[in-house]
Amino acid sequence: MELKRRKLLGIALGALTLVATPVARAQNFITVASTTSTEQSGLFKHILPVFRKKTGIEVRVVALGTGQALDMARRGDADVVFVHARSAEEKFIAEGYGVKRLPVMYNDFVLIGPKADPAKVAGGKDILEALRKVKSASAPFVSRGDRSGTHMAELALWKQSGIDIAADKGPWYRDTGQGMGPALNTASSMNGYILADRGTWISFRNRGDLAILVEGDKRLFNQYGVILVNPERHKHVKRGMGQAFIDWVVSPEGQRAIAGFKIGGEQLFFPNAGQEGA
Amino acid sequence: MLPLVFDRVSFAVNGKTIIDRVSMDITEGPRTVILGPNGAGKSVLMRLCHGLLAPTSGAITWRGAGSGRQRQAMVFQRPVMLRRSALANIAYGLKLSGVSRRERGLRARDVLEAVGLSGIADRPARVLSGGEQQRLALARAWALGPEVLFLDEPTANLDPGATRDIETLIGQIRAGGTKIVMTTHNLGQARRLGDEILFLHQGRLVERAPVDRFFTNPASAEAETFIRGELPWN
Amino acid sequence: MSEIIAAVAEASQMIARFDAAVVDIVLLSLRVSLTAVLFASLIGLPLGAVIAVGRFAGRRASIVLLNALMGLPPVVVGLFVYLMLSRAGPLGHFGILFTPAAMIVAQTILIAPIVAALSRQVIEDAWLEYREQLRSLGAGPARSALTLLWDTRFSLVTIVLAGFGRAAAEVGAVIIVGGNIDGVTRVMTTAIALETSKGDLPLALGLGIILITLVLTLNAAAYWVKEATQRRYG
Repeated sequence: MELKRRKLLGIALGALTLVATPVARAQNFITVASTTSTEQSGLFKHILPVFRKKTGIEVRVVALGTGQALDMARRGDADVVFVHARSAEEKFIAEGYGVKRLPVMYNDFVLIGPKADPAKVAGGKDILEALRKVKSASAPFVSRGDRSGTHMAELALWKQSGIDIAADKGPWYRDTGQGMGPALNTASSMNGYILADRGTWISFRNRGDLAILVEGDKRLFNQYGVILVNPERHKHVKRGMGQAFIDWVVSPEGQRAIAGFKIGGEQLFFPNAGQEGA
Repeated sequence: MLPLVFDRVSFAVNGKTIIDRVSMDITEGPRTVILGPNGAGKSVLMRLCHGLLAPTSGAITWRGAGSGRQRQAMVFQRPVMLRRSALANIAYGLKLSGVSRRERGLRARDVLEAVGLSGIADRPARVLSGGEQQRLALARAWALGPEVLFLDEPTANLDPGATRDIETLIGQIRAGGTKIVMTTHNLGQARRLGDEILFLHQGRLVERAPVDRFFTNPASAEAETFIRGELPWN
Repeated sequence: MSEIIAAVAEASQMIARFDAAVVDIVLLSLRVSLTAVLFASLIGLPLGAVIAVGRFAGRRASIVLLNALMGLPPVVVGLFVYLMLSRAGPLGHFGILFTPAAMIVAQTILIAPIVAALSRQVIEDAWLEYREQLRSLGAGPARSALTLLWDTRFSLVTIVLAGFGRAAAEVGAVIIVGGNIDGVTRVMTTAIALETSKGDLPLALGLGIILITLVLTLNAAAYWVKEATQRRYG
């Protein structure tokens, strides 16, 4: 009986070590706080292996909304942020949490809506006009409501079109507090309008009756920036590896990798590192 | 360890008196049988003797030389076996007594043979029949080499065949020098197994006498009623 | 409807050809939840035994507390662990946020109360049956707790299986402390959440089928353990 018990204990300890060891992984990685649009579109899955092959550095992406990503970096839980809300990024740097902002790439937002188009906006080239029409038709509109780059862009557009959406929203305006994918799901199931980034839309598979109704307006331009989290502020930030990633992403090779990412032959993100004023 | 002396011992629960000022001494030698109807308080008295319960008033002392619990053992009305083999159950008791591992195995096998259960040594104890389990319980107690063996209605749940086996074993244990203290409500068993009778009625020790005198000439009315097989008046 | 059928078909193909991504995700899920349930049992089983057998002030309160903690919402546990492990938090210097280690910590916290509360119940029931006999043989509280842990081992196995099922099926805790990082902290439940939000139903469904199969198998195993051992060991 004693022998049997000792054998059991031995097996248990063996299993324990077997299970526990892989948990302590290699330290050759950086943590990048990014947005759901870059992660869910599949961009990172495409470009990160190229970077890893070149440098041996593993990039771990935590995908949240822009607001959450910047907060996460403020807490020191990321080495690099890669988001798309310029004013929020500049505030981040002004507060001393980031070192420098570099433009990387852009894509655009599109206004998605039901093919039946009750607000009659299809084919238009003016997003502000389209939003005004959606409001006067009281057509269902889904907002991300999660302080993401897309959400901030949406709010800015309402403001530009002269509508105080916070005060004037009716039951047609659905503030869901969700990421891009879930919000698209919601819009699809209620046949509503929604502002989305083109990248997520192209890779989204549950379209239902929705289609792109308004695109091409310059105001729908969506710029992405990359920032190293300030090592002065958080001593543990992996400065060397983080900077290596930033350097690569704005380098010709990195920019080529971004341009090379296509879904169904269509390019999703357009590299523009080094562009003045981006 | 013996004698075990009770000095005006009472035991009450929630205001209800179960043992009422019992004074007695249990001495070496005679087989002591505590007899009485159901509800007399026999089981509680046994637990007081064994130390599982503490009296609410009065004193219980072992006046003789020697150490505490290990030199006495108890067999309950329902045997409680651990979820392991019959042999392991006996070894468990020996382990708690501080017996070495090798010694445990040997002693356990010896006592299993003495009670006639060698064949089922490796069987899971809990699947044995009621009679076998009670024999095993006796074996477990016997293996400890106790000075006193308490038995609380050990055959109340057994058929006559199993009962006879148990009674024979008790005799063997007694022959080895162990003092037997046993409760029963069965008159025949009391006559077979007792040398002296302590008659308990409603928590009071009503009579104490050698077995022959008790049955032929009971001194108390309650004892007389009980022996006649009548229900006691309350 | 045709969409669902198409999704199920694609999912079955993925499973049949052992799609590499799916295999990685399933293996990680198993690693995280098995490790968590191991630690949770190392904490919860002795804790349950001690509370079942012990007598101390506040015992009833701890039982109530344990039972209440069984209902901890996973997402709340996730938030709490995140705040602890964040660099801005007290345990940030360990740097285990967004790694499987953090997920194991969160799931251990989630499962330990379940194991403790359920084992406490099982052991206390056994204690009622065994208590007098164990005391009679001379077992103290610590020894009794160990003996009961071993004796109730089959019921405890089903409790551990239940704990593992709960861990493998939760998403709220692991998604917050793990970050659902592709190839690093993506487990079945978080992958299902992600793929569903992307509208990619086949992959989500495929993982869902695997997860449900796992949970059903666990429950069947737990039932079988109970039945088979009941017959064999009593």
